[in-house]
Amino acid sequence: MKNKIRIAGGQGFWGDLPDAPVRQVEGGPIDYLMLDYLAEVTMSIMQKQRSRDPSAGYAKDFVPLMKQILPACVERNIRVTANAGGVNVEGCAAAVKEVALELGLAGKLRIGIVTGDDIMANLDSLLARGIELRNMDNGAPLSTVRDRIQSANVYLGAAPIVEALDKGAQIVITGRATDTGLTLAPIIHEFGWAADDWDRLAAGTIAGHIIECGAQCSGGNCQYEWSSVPNLADVGFPIVEASPDGTFVVTKHERTGGWVVIPSVKEQLVYEMGDPHEYITPDCVADFTTVKLEYEGRDRVRVFGIKGSPATEFYKVSISYSAGYKAVGTLVYSWPDAFEKAQAADRILRTRLNRLGLHFDLIHTEFVGANATHGPLAGRPSADIPEVQLRVGVRGDDRAAIERFTREIAPLVLTGPPGVTGFAGGRPKVEEIVAYWPALMPKSEISPRVEIVEV
Amino acid sequence: MKVQLVKLAHGRSGDKGDTANIGLIALQDEFYPALVREVTAERVKQHFTGICHGEVQRFELPNLCALNFLLHESLGGGGTLSLMTDAQGKTFSTALLRMEIEISAEEAQEFALPQY
Repeated sequence: MKNKIRIAGGQGFWGDLPDAPVRQVEGGPIDYLMLDYLAEVTMSIMQKQRSRDPSAGYAKDFVPLMKQILPACVERNIRVTANAGGVNVEGCAAAVKEVALELGLAGKLRIGIVTGDDIMANLDSLLARGIELRNMDNGAPLSTVRDRIQSANVYLGAAPIVEALDKGAQIVITGRATDTGLTLAPIIHEFGWAADDWDRLAAGTIAGHIIECGAQCSGGNCQYEWSSVPNLADVGFPIVEASPDGTFVVTKHERTGGWVVIPSVKEQLVYEMGDPHEYITPDCVADFTTVKLEYEGRDRVRVFGIKGSPATEFYKVSISYSAGYKAVGTLVYSWPDAFEKAQAADRILRTRLNRLGLHFDLIHTEFVGANATHGPLAGRPSADIPEVQLRVGVRGDDRAAIERFTREIAPLVLTGPPGVTGFAGGRPKVEEIVAYWPALMPKSEISPRVEIVEV
Repeated sequence: MKVQLVKLAHGRSGDKGDTANIGLIALQDEFYPALVREVTAERVKQHFTGICHGEVQRFELPNLCALNFLLHESLGGGGTLSLMTDAQGKTFSTALLRMEIEISAEEAQEFALPQY
């Protein structure tokens, strides 16, 4: 058994720095590359893509990335865990296999495929059997939006990814899997941790939480002394150096920018945190109040002391459903009286919308430069404020009403307060809202599947 | 005396649906007891008047000298439903740093805050 493995985080979300995974592979020694592609509503976008093209429905960028890094990964035995498969894991694996063959890697690698997360086809049977999939935020049963559902997937944990690694997969592609599981699985695979070794599973889970947002733990978006963070242009993405005892070090490649300091790791630890005593994943429940941090050198933070408790009997389910339409229009007003002019324009716009008899679930106005981020806490802007952007959004089920709203923005330029500009982008776009419905379901209803594709 | 939180803490905020979370971290470990005493759930709820329409929960992480706040009903519906610029609550942590808290003369001396 190795006494240390290095797992590199390569993407904090689908659309993160494109070269980051390449730099993780080329910038120094690593054993695993972990890539998280799936935000909460990504699955619905992929579901739509697949309905138009049966071969689509996964993170397309993953395939050219593999083309770029596969030779190095095979040569140096770097293994990849990625939830790039979206709603078409097999299609993604087929595309990666094709690329591997083009690269002359026939017979040189195995691709692991993890499926079983997609419950779209089972929804009616689940509901019929009394599994209500109530919304975790507001308690509503799923039946209230049943006819508008676009995708439904459980978040699988580390176990099936471990199984694929155990079977020799060099690349493991999953659909909806937790981002923490993508990091925890290689650690379990290497060190053979037991399925009820809760403290160590919690430690590997917290390691995953720290690197799952890419450079957000290594100097990116760092409030602590932000202007002192070195060379963010070359920011190094994070690496976890895991040990068999469950402790680990957060670090990054040498000669990269950013920093790994205790405050940057703390900021990521508290990110998107609920009750810190109970960070629930399919693998365990981790207790963030037990995490201890200390320096072990420059850009090296050691993490230890972590306690965990048994996993729950439930998987979290991520369901997306169609929830109406929205549009946002903006205009920019200049000094003098920039704020007052923007306010006047908002009043005029609302009067006109009212007169048109348009109904919206919500009309939301912000004055960017004055209150868009801190609301009333920002106080009244200075009388001399050089410019203010008026930003008005509407939301509702009636697409025609939202369309009509988008035609009321530009006319304000010639029929409202003066000193206005910023309409180069044309009429605002109407967007369909695909909303997120979090729920729980018993683990006994799900059987994750692992397949191995030989290249 | 009054001191603004930006001199005592840093943090990060994010979202879960319509709930914003704010992790507030002491800039130095010695500042943490004053944060625990002063930055209560009630004070935070009051601070975010007009922004947070639900309950505020607070959790303590003495191991990190940090507090975690959950601000329910704060993100205009949250996620893709929200019409807000900051639908994900990313700037809520800096909004909290605007808060002023009361510290004693002894604490002020002990903290030796840099003069801004």
